[in-house]
Amino acid sequence: MTGSVTSLVSGPLTAGARRLAALTDSPWLRFAARRLGQLLVSTLALVTASFLMIHLVPGDPVRAALGTTAPQSLVNARRAPLGLDDPLWLQYAHYLRDLLSGQLGTSITSGLPVSQVIGARLPATLELAGCAFAVAVVLSVTLGLAMAVVTRGGRHRGAELTFTSASVVLAAIPGFLLGVGLVYVFSVHLGWTPLAEKSGFRSFVLPVVSLAIGPAAVMARVLRLEMLAALQTDYVRTARAKRLPGWRIHLVHALPNALTATVTLCGLLLSGLVAGSVLVENVFAWPGLGAVAVQSILDKDYPVVQGIVLLYGAGVLLVNLVVDVTLALLDPRSTIRES
Amino acid sequence: MAANPTDARPAPGHQMASRWAAVLRTPLGAAAAALLALVLLLAILAPVLWTRRANAIDVGASLEGPSSAHWLGTNTLGQDVFYQVLVATRLSVQLALAATAIGVATGLILGAAPLVLGARAGRVVTAVVNLAVAFPPLLLALFFAVIFGVGEVGALLAMGFATAPTFARLTRTLVARIAGLDYIAAARLAGVGRIRLLTRHVLPNIGEPLIVNATTAAGTALLSFAGLSFLGLGVQPPDYDWGLLLANGLDAIYTRPAAAVAPAAAVVLAGSAFNLFGEALALSLGVPEVPAAAGARGRGRRRRNDVARTAGPERVRGDDPGRADQPDDREVLLVEDLWVSFPDGSTPVRGVSFALGRGESVGVVGESGSGKTLTALAVARLLEEPARVRARRLRLAGQDLLAAASRAQRHFLGTSAGMVFQDPMTAFNPVKRVGRQLAEVAAEHQGMRQRQAMARAVQRLREVRIPAPERRARQFPHELSGGMRQRAMIGMAVMGSPALIIADEPTTALDIIAQRQVLRLLKSIQAEGDAALLFISHDITVVGQVCDRVLVMYAGRIVENLPTAELLSHARHPYTQALLAAVPSMATDRTRPLAVVPGRPADPARLPAGCAFAPRCPLADTRCASLDPPLTADGEGRQVACWHADRVAADPVLAVNRDG
Repeated sequence: MTGSVTSLVSGPLTAGARRLAALTDSPWLRFAARRLGQLLVSTLALVTASFLMIHLVPGDPVRAALGTTAPQSLVNARRAPLGLDDPLWLQYAHYLRDLLSGQLGTSITSGLPVSQVIGARLPATLELAGCAFAVAVVLSVTLGLAMAVVTRGGRHRGAELTFTSASVVLAAIPGFLLGVGLVYVFSVHLGWTPLAEKSGFRSFVLPVVSLAIGPAAVMARVLRLEMLAALQTDYVRTARAKRLPGWRIHLVHALPNALTATVTLCGLLLSGLVAGSVLVENVFAWPGLGAVAVQSILDKDYPVVQGIVLLYGAGVLLVNLVVDVTLALLDPRSTIRES
Repeated sequence: MAANPTDARPAPGHQMASRWAAVLRTPLGAAAAALLALVLLLAILAPVLWTRRANAIDVGASLEGPSSAHWLGTNTLGQDVFYQVLVATRLSVQLALAATAIGVATGLILGAAPLVLGARAGRVVTAVVNLAVAFPPLLLALFFAVIFGVGEVGALLAMGFATAPTFARLTRTLVARIAGLDYIAAARLAGVGRIRLLTRHVLPNIGEPLIVNATTAAGTALLSFAGLSFLGLGVQPPDYDWGLLLANGLDAIYTRPAAAVAPAAAVVLAGSAFNLFGEALALSLGVPEVPAAAGARGRGRRRRNDVARTAGPERVRGDDPGRADQPDDREVLLVEDLWVSFPDGSTPVRGVSFALGRGESVGVVGESGSGKTLTALAVARLLEEPARVRARRLRLAGQDLLAAASRAQRHFLGTSAGMVFQDPMTAFNPVKRVGRQLAEVAAEHQGMRQRQAMARAVQRLREVRIPAPERRARQFPHELSGGMRQRAMIGMAVMGSPALIIADEPTTALDIIAQRQVLRLLKSIQAEGDAALLFISHDITVVGQVCDRVLVMYAGRIVENLPTAELLSHARHPYTQALLAAVPSMATDRTRPLAVVPGRPADPARLPAGCAFAPRCPLADTRCASLDPPLTADGEGRQVACWHADRVAADPVLAVNRDG
């Protein structure tokens, strides 16, 4: 009855309006709206934090950067483009305006645009982190999956024990210390790979392995446990009752369900990898952002630091967004969940 | 790692102390504690004993390699690296502990903010914390290092604040769980103030998980601090910690590798000491870390003694399956002397035999643990290791199922035996569309193309009376109601037009109306396809509605086999009688307690020598206790396994039971 009343009232409503109503009702759209809102808030918070950073530094940041011996005229000259004498809200407004037009400011020490400083170093870091991430994902999924299938239902206790203890130990060693060990064993002792610096494929091996092993060990361990749990579920029994081949049961039915926790973790580890790359780059004298980040902090070159903080932060936000979208694709139920 | 506050009640002091002491009795806990004690001892003693040797400058002996005088060589100033590594223990550990303390304290304040500040201010704090948690601690530390400046104190504050968000979130989770508990509510009602509530009632009860996590966090802080010092952002010369020693040693790693490797190893060792001890605490205090593996582990240990690794059924005696009798063309399923056993010695199915003809429906009833589900799974060849299945004969639609598994057998079973499981909520894969899950069967076993298989799936959904099947096929399982899902499950079972449908408690998880619909559907689908139906249920009335024949199972054996029409008039086994008596009807006197089958079901691991039902049977005598009655036919199509089958109908005790 209510249905007929509504249809009478909404009679003049066009099909378009009804389609719009149906669309706003879609869990996907609500998910997208919610997630974009979240991203907007996080980005604003990140920008604000990087803006405030320079103001939280005690004393005059330009004087701190140039040192006490620098002539006042130089300090004043460098202060001017930073607009440090304006009221705080105006500085914030200018900062936002410059960001929107893609300007990150000028380095205090070198006088170069920050975007140029970062742009010169970013590719090397991206290459390193990208390779490490790819290696970590491939290694952990293959290993975690294989170990789950091999050790399910308490089979092969020895293999399980070896895998678990090895992954626990490897996961506990931070990348840069692992890097030192790898350099010692492979470069110093065995002389297999060049010690440091980026020069061709061989120079990638040790830095990538140092960065990838820890996250790979954690992910493989979690994926194995998740897979074991998935293999015990009713729907896997249903898949077996349908007499699907083993690879289909494992890869198509169990794996996507096991991946949700792993993908969440993957995001955490990937953002950790971004941070870890700063250290690993310093071990291997990698010409990436890491060295610049550290040097600019030591030099108190705040515009560069601001730019790098923004970039790393944006990287983390992007990773989180990708993770959430992947989760939604893997498990449509997660679009309904209200955070 | 995640903490478990289930033991949130205020615990007496001595009991808690003994819980903590128990950590040391586990091998992991003892080893981790010993390692940690060594690290802490070094931190205290090393600077006292060796500072002079470590700091002694000897320019004449600078940059030497390892020697008997300097085990790890010397640095540019000729200082001994070995003693420096030992002495650096104190500063490294001190800074890590201080950073953790700052992190835990700040985290506690932030995490408890919602409780203390009230809802609105709390929400702001929570939002900030949620934002900060997304960033890796090292990145936060770099950010704070900019603000607090380069150096020991700056890095300490930076590390502390970088650790805080994690602890803020942990605290909030713990507080939120506890805040709902009765004793907090009682304290609140008694007018206890917010701060007092926090310090006297909440904090003591979240202390345990916080300490466990702080221990692990100290290990992480140690590693991270080494990272900051390594970058030159932490400890500054002339002080030194492991991170700085590593930075100094790394430049000359080719010529004097020990100077870099030793501090790196020290960091890893000390970090692991904290981490391991944290893990040991978590394990021994009952923080669940590996729930999935725990169950599997217990089973695996028992399995070791078992040599047979085949999950497939074995023939009981080596006789040829097709020798004696050729299957007649009405036969669908033939089960002869089926046994299921587990390596722990239990035998939940013991010599079950029955047959099913085309269009026939047979119900298997019994309490939980009677072996009915295992029988169904064994017949369908769905039992996996460590279960062992044996049978003299197991034949489906003329095919011997005891033959080794093969691709042909897989395709045959995929189309000839359809399964309907108990819980439609969990039996569908939550992340795959319903239609695809149905279509999969046709695509896999009948060589259909995707589109064709999908059309078949939609057709089947229509046949099981699902409205708008095209739309439903594109939906996910959670978008369907329970009854609809079970009907879709039936549709999936009949995708390949099977000769046998096995339904294991298909209506148990449904409400009464959906139950009736599903039963009616199952019957009509079975009738349309002229399939045989093996219907497993604990509910003898449901079986009565659906099946032509009932098999009553007890302790892994069929104890009675008779047509459903004769259940009330001709049931002769005391167990069947008891099951019937336990069914309430409209005429049941509601002032009296509901009738139940008296006693406990038999334990499949410890079966008595004689009749398994004897301990619960009002008719049992000495013969029942010593001799298991065989299943014997009465010549009128009924079978019963009871020494006293003839007495049951006349027995006054049982008659009262039934009427009551």
